[in-house]
Order: sequence, then structure tokens, then C-alpha cells
Amino acid sequence: MLKTTPLHSRTSALMQANQWRRWAGYSVASSYEMTHDREYYAIRNACVLLDVSPLCKYRIKGTDALKFLNRLVTRDVSKISVGGMLYTPWCDSRGKILDDGTVAMLAADEYRLTSAEPNLRWLQDNAVGMQVEITDVSDQIAAMSLQGPKSRDLLMTLCDSPLGGVKYYEFVNTKIDGADVMISRTGYTGDLGFELWVDATKAEKVWDAVVKAGKSFALQPAGIWALDVSRIEAGLIMLDIDYTPANKAMTDAQTSTPIELGLNWAISWKKGNFIGRKALLAEKENGSTIQFVGLEIDHKEFERQHHELGLTVPYPFMAWRAVIPLYVDGSQVGYATSGVWSPTLKKYLAFGHVQPKYAQPGSVVTIDLTVDRFRRSFNAEVTKLPFFNPPRKKDIVGAK
Amino acid sequence: MSKSTNNHYDVIVIGGGHNGLVNAAYLGKAGKKVLVLEQRHTVGGATITEEVYPGFKFLIASYLISLLRPDVIQELELVRHGLEIMPLESTFVPLTNGNYLADWPDHEATRHEIERHSKRDAEAYDEYARVMRRLAIALRPLLDMIPPDPTSVTPKDLETMARVRGVLNNMTRDDFHLLSRLMTMSAADFLDEWFEGTALKGTKCTSGIIGTFMGPRSPGTGYVLLHHYIGELDGTFRAWGFARGGTGALSQAIASAAREAGVEIKTNSPVAHVNIKNGEATGVTLENGDEYSASIVVSNADAKRTFLKLIEPKHLPDDFVSDINRFRIASPACKVNLALDGLPEFTSMPKGKEALLRGSIEIAPSIDYVEQAYDDAKYGGWSRKPFMDALIPSLLDPGMAPPGKHVMSLFVQYASSDLDGGWNEEKKAQFLGIVIDTLAEHAPNLKKILIHKHIMTPWDLERMIGLTSGHIFHGELALQQLFFLRPSPQWSNYRTPIKNMYMCGSSTHPGGCITGAPGRNAALAILEDRP
Repeated sequence: MLKTTPLHSRTSALMQANQWRRWAGYSVASSYEMTHDREYYAIRNACVLLDVSPLCKYRIKGTDALKFLNRLVTRDVSKISVGGMLYTPWCDSRGKILDDGTVAMLAADEYRLTSAEPNLRWLQDNAVGMQVEITDVSDQIAAMSLQGPKSRDLLMTLCDSPLGGVKYYEFVNTKIDGADVMISRTGYTGDLGFELWVDATKAEKVWDAVVKAGKSFALQPAGIWALDVSRIEAGLIMLDIDYTPANKAMTDAQTSTPIELGLNWAISWKKGNFIGRKALLAEKENGSTIQFVGLEIDHKEFERQHHELGLTVPYPFMAWRAVIPLYVDGSQVGYATSGVWSPTLKKYLAFGHVQPKYAQPGSVVTIDLTVDRFRRSFNAEVTKLPFFNPPRKKDIVGAK
Repeated sequence: MSKSTNNHYDVIVIGGGHNGLVNAAYLGKAGKKVLVLEQRHTVGGATITEEVYPGFKFLIASYLISLLRPDVIQELELVRHGLEIMPLESTFVPLTNGNYLADWPDHEATRHEIERHSKRDAEAYDEYARVMRRLAIALRPLLDMIPPDPTSVTPKDLETMARVRGVLNNMTRDDFHLLSRLMTMSAADFLDEWFEGTALKGTKCTSGIIGTFMGPRSPGTGYVLLHHYIGELDGTFRAWGFARGGTGALSQAIASAAREAGVEIKTNSPVAHVNIKNGEATGVTLENGDEYSASIVVSNADAKRTFLKLIEPKHLPDDFVSDINRFRIASPACKVNLALDGLPEFTSMPKGKEALLRGSIEIAPSIDYVEQAYDDAKYGGWSRKPFMDALIPSLLDPGMAPPGKHVMSLFVQYASSDLDGGWNEEKKAQFLGIVIDTLAEHAPNLKKILIHKHIMTPWDLERMIGLTSGHIFHGELALQQLFFLRPSPQWSNYRTPIKNMYMCGSSTHPGGCITGAPGRNAALAILEDRP
């Protein structure tokens, strides 16, 4: 049986289209309305509330908590202090990525790690001999994501904390309608946004308070389809889609490294040893065989070919998740893994993995798409990521 | 006393409306030294957002975007310059019998709504949508074309005629016959061939009369219906979008693209007349006497204002002057904006379907209703029960109003630009009262939540923005003044009888709405003459 999240009573009451999906064994909304368009536009122009409770969450507590985490993940966790968070991938000893998520420093000896997949065994196996207690708190903590340009204004009507000064990847502990809530300036949309972490028993209460206040800010509940469009615009990878976690891969060829995925910036070479460091260092020195890139598919030509056949253009409004080969001069040089029409940028975006010599912005590869019933080849230009990165994502405003 | 400024420009564009800005941006990108002169304090012309009442952003003229050419968005990189467009996905039509009609962004949901009125119409609706889409795809290339002179045998005109012929060749014979009929029919007759439901025909006919001083039973409104179908948003035809921040944000995006291309924009600079020497335009003189010289002068103003006010008739051929004189430009359109302390509650809107407030709201319950509204106005009056096309922008972009408050934008017709006895403040207030009363019949809480009301009548659109008769399309989209006849035969290719003088406003092909097409096409024509 699929499980439901602590917010199911609320999300199911909002569901109009019976469009549910599975996420880590939980049932969550794909889109509440018949189409996800309005949910998407609200992410970029107003604000949305998403139930992201299915994220796996681990409490990591003990005198060796920092030591443990710095051994586990690729980034330097000592760089954050209480109230700080960071995004990081983590790898196996071959430097192959296992998962990616966030680390929040809750207290001097306590952190919270989130992940897409269950990681308890991997965490415990790597904590051997350390003074650290690892607890799976996934079911105890509900999470909702409030994203969009109006998200801060909305939250500021609900709590006293000076959210205007909370920086990207910082969090504060506050109260909403009497319930303790941790509000972090994080999200998966590349926009101004926050995530609210709350005891599962209080989740409905907090949700209701946000929804009520949201009436003044055109708040819209949103599902995964809308989120998927925005995460591609924001250049954010997804496990199982843009990479296969090393513990699921059947062959070496199916695995990826953080360097291949463009996460070099999230690897700290100076912090000392961590799992996979040796292999990653070798890759850094010898070069990668494949490189993650942003692609802009020539939509104008895609359009033209449809009009030539007297057809309207089937815009890919819903993100596709498929492995599609990429070519240069008829030889395969890589593959694409996600793609979508960006209603904001008015461009057909995709994520690709290509041989490094084609990874420079401006390089052109081709991708095959069908026009009506015919296979046609279209140019796709390598573009810098993220595709969309508005200043409001990281801005700070004075206390109101 | 006139003072001459030293600066000489390659091009001066009179009027910073959206087409003037598009024109300037293209010419700037082509390396020309361009100056845009705008009479008001801000650019945009009728494509503006104004805070008429503190905290509330009003769409005092144009309000939606659909026909904006995808080429203009891409080539001027308007997204990079700040343009964001959100689709209006639904339509809600409150009816007088307590019922309603709705169009949802989902095909099946819409079919279910129409089935409540007529199962037959629900099926016909699919086919109707398909046929209109096919016609729209076929005609789309014409919008981006510099109209040919069909009587001319120059290679250029012959080539363009061949392209027109190509457009027609791409259609099936049935579609071509249908198109020919639609072009000459009234919207009402055309819809009668498809549907039986009064409400469905009522709402569909409005595309045929928006901005037009004709009723749904007037021949020619069939074309206007189609004109509004050619608009597209991300490939969806007949889709209307709202620009974040209002239509003014679009003007600002185009202006930003123009400035980046080196264009100089001067506001508060009303042009008094075009300077003409030996039949050639040499520059302009402002109302304050300042003179600017240029090799080319482009007018974004409508044809009547350009050729009957900014240019002395003695510089123009008589037959051209009489063409412009008879150019049909009487207008029935008003724009109303309301600041609201809450949302209007429509008695006919079922509980649980409040999402419909985020789309279009149309007061057009039947063709008879709309035709009656026209009848009331056509002898110099106004509708006792006006047709309205409303939306609540603050539900899409909460930045349009303070938190918890809303703005409502209402496109209203008919109120004649040639009102008996002329317009004045008292008459404005009277008509505004009628608009509020009519809307309140459907949403009785309206007067209770009303904070501020504002109307732009044809009189105001002319006084403030400079549209002759306040016509939002710079002249009727009537068959006798379309394509190679717009605004005058032989002078439909953005050129004018005066050397070095061009037109780039909606009085030229393909006409009104926020399209950017006249601006872009005119730039292409200018660059053909002066590469």
C-alpha cells in the first residue's frame, strides 16, 4: 500500500483532477488542477505551496556529527554554523554519486540530512566507531515548500522572525499559529522560496495557516508537474532521472560522478578525506568522459516543421523524463535526460550529458524528435546553467 | 520661436507606443541612430499600466496579449528584458437566468460544461476549434508580410503576391471556401451555422466585435472573429495572456531592448508637425518649438492623426487625403478599472469553481444582448446593458494590488466616440454608473467592495493617448481597410506619398491589438529602402 503524507487530509481536499503520483512510497499530487499551467505560473509570479513530506530526513547527533558528515558528503560541512544549510551530493568509494540533498546545522552537535532515497544503512555503516547517533525522522517531520516571489511577504504576515534578512540556505526557528516551525530559505524551483519543517502532528495546522494567509498573495497549491518545469529552468538535477544512484546501477556505465554532473563546485578538496575523494581527485586530474550541460533545442525549427505540415505545435509543457541520444555529425556523443518548454523563457530546454569536447557553451549537438509521425533531427545548443536565475532567489530585504 | 537642435538622426519615430518602440528597436539593432519622441511622461502609448489609485495598478487601455508576434519576442529578446506572460486559461460567462457557461483549460472539462447547455454544441465545438485553428495556421504568415500591391507588376510585388498565393495553396479547398465566406459574413451568421446554444454563441461572437463599432450581425465581423483567433501563446491559438505587471511591463521590456540597441527615447516631447521640404520629410518640430532633423521619419500615430494633423494636406496628393478622411475610425470601446476590497461574488458561479475568477469573465449572455448593446450606441449613444470582457489581474499577479485587495479590469462597449452632444465628465460618470450597475446585477457584492472606479472613454483615449476617436485598433478592422487597403490602397506597405516618411502603427497591416507586427514590418520596409 502507498503511504500518505501528514498533509494528505489537506492535499486530497484540494485535488480536483485525481492526478496522484508516487514519491518514495508516498502518494502526492502531480497537479491539483486539470493542467499544471497555473501551478507553474504561480511559482514564478505569485506563490505556491507544495507537500514535500516524502523527502527522507535523518537526525545526526553526537560529538562526531561534523566529523561524520564531512567524511560522508563532498562539501565542507564545517563551513556552516547553526542556522546554516548547504546542498551536497555524496558518493561511494568509487566517487560515484549515491544521492544528493541538504544538510542543516541545528545545534553544535546536531544536523539534519535530507535525501531523495532511504540512506539509513549507508549512513550507519559509515558511522562505525564514531560518537554519532543517526535517526530516521522522515515520518516525524512533515515538510512543505512555499515557493515564489510572494512567498516571503506571505510568511512575514505569519511569524515575527525577520525573514527579510534570512539568506539563501539559512534557516530560522519560529512559530506559526503556535506551532514550532523551522523555516529554511531553500527549495527546488530556483526562485525566492522557503521550506517549512514541522512536527508531523502539527503539519495540518501550519498548512491551514499558510493557506489562509495565502488568500492575499494568490497562493496556489502545486504538484510535482509544475515543480518539474521550474527545477529544469533552475538547472537542478533529479535522482533516477538525470543520474542513476550508484547503489541502483547495474553497470559502471550507468553511474555518474558529481564532476560529470557539473557539481565540481560542491566538492571540497581542502577539507581532508571523504568517501570517494581519491577517485574524484583522479577524475579531476585526468578529465571526465562525460559532462552535464544545459541545452536549448531549436524550437523555431520545430515550430516551422509543424506549420509546414499544417499542424499546431505540440509544445512540451510537461517535462519529459527519458534518455534520448545526442549526435554530432551522425555519431552519438551523449544523451539527454530531461526536457521541457519553458513558459517563462520561451525556450525549449533540456539537460544533456555529452563528451567534454562538446560541452562548451555554444557547441551544437543534434537531437531527434518526432514531427507528426516522422523522425527529424534538431539542433540543440549547449547553454550555461542555470537557465533561469532571478535576482530575487538570493535577495535580502530590510526588516519590515 | 523654433530652436534647432544640432543632433541629426537616421530615424525619428513619432510616438512611443508599443509599435513605435518595436520599430525603433529593430532599426537600432540594424545600426541606425534612432530617436523616439513620446508626448506623455512614459512610453507605451495604449500599452501602459498606471497607478491611478494608490497601491492599485490599472490597465487603463490595453489589457491582454495574444497576437504579439513570437518573432518579436525572440528577436528583441523580450524575456531577457523582463517580459513574463501568463495565460488566461478559462472563460466564465454569467447568464441572466442564474446559469453560467465556462471554458476550462481542459478539453473534457469544457465539453462537460457545454454539454449542460447542448450536447450537440459540445461536439460541434471541437470541430469549430479545429477549423479555426487550421485557418489561423494558414493565415499566420500574412501577418508578418509587407502587403503587396496586387495591381503592380514590380518583381517585389509579384513575388509577394506569389507568397500570398502560396498561403492559399496551403489550404484545402474546403477551408479556402470557408475562409472566403467567413471573411464576408457576420459573426452571428457564422456561429449560427455551427451552434444552437444562445450562451455559447453569445460568448463566441464577442471575438468578432471587440474594439469594433459593429454588432455581431454586421457583415465583416466574421473576419474580426478570425483576427482574434490568429493570436497565439506558446502555440495555443486563441489564447490570451497577461503580462506580469500589466501591459505597461511589455512596453518597458521593448523600451529596454530599444535602449540596449542604442535608441534614444525622449518623453514629454509631443510632436507638432513633420517638417517637409520639397516633398521629403526632413525631421519634426515639437510643440515647444524644438526641431529635430532626420533622414527618415516614422509615425506610430494613427493614419488620421499622421496625415491630417502632423502633416499639412498641401504636401499630400488629394486622393490620398480623401482616402485617409474616409478611413473608418469611430470607436465604441471604453476601459474601466476597479479597485476592490475583496473578490466579486457572482451569483451564478457554483461553489468550488472559484478558479474561474482567474480567467476572463464575459458579460455577453447572448448574441441578442450584444447586438442590442450595439443598437443602443450606433446613433450616438451608449449601451444600456453593455458588453464587458473582464479580468482580475491581481489573482494572477498579486503585485497589481495591495495584499488582500484586487483590481478588476473591464473592457466595455459600446459607447460611441461620436456621442450625442459630445463627451464630458458628467456623461463619463453616468456611463461608468451603468457599467457598475450592469456588473452588480451578476455580482451583487460589487458596490460593497468598491474602493475606486475609473473609466477611459473614447474621448479620454483620444485626449490622453492620442488615438483618433479613441479607436484601439487605429481604425476599424473592416474588410475595406485591411491588408493591401490599410490604410489606403497603394500605401499599405508602410511607405507614404512623402519621401522618407513611413508609418508603423496599427493603421497599417495587420492592424490592431498588441502585435508588434506593424512596427516590425515597417522596420523591414525601411531597411529594404535604406539598408
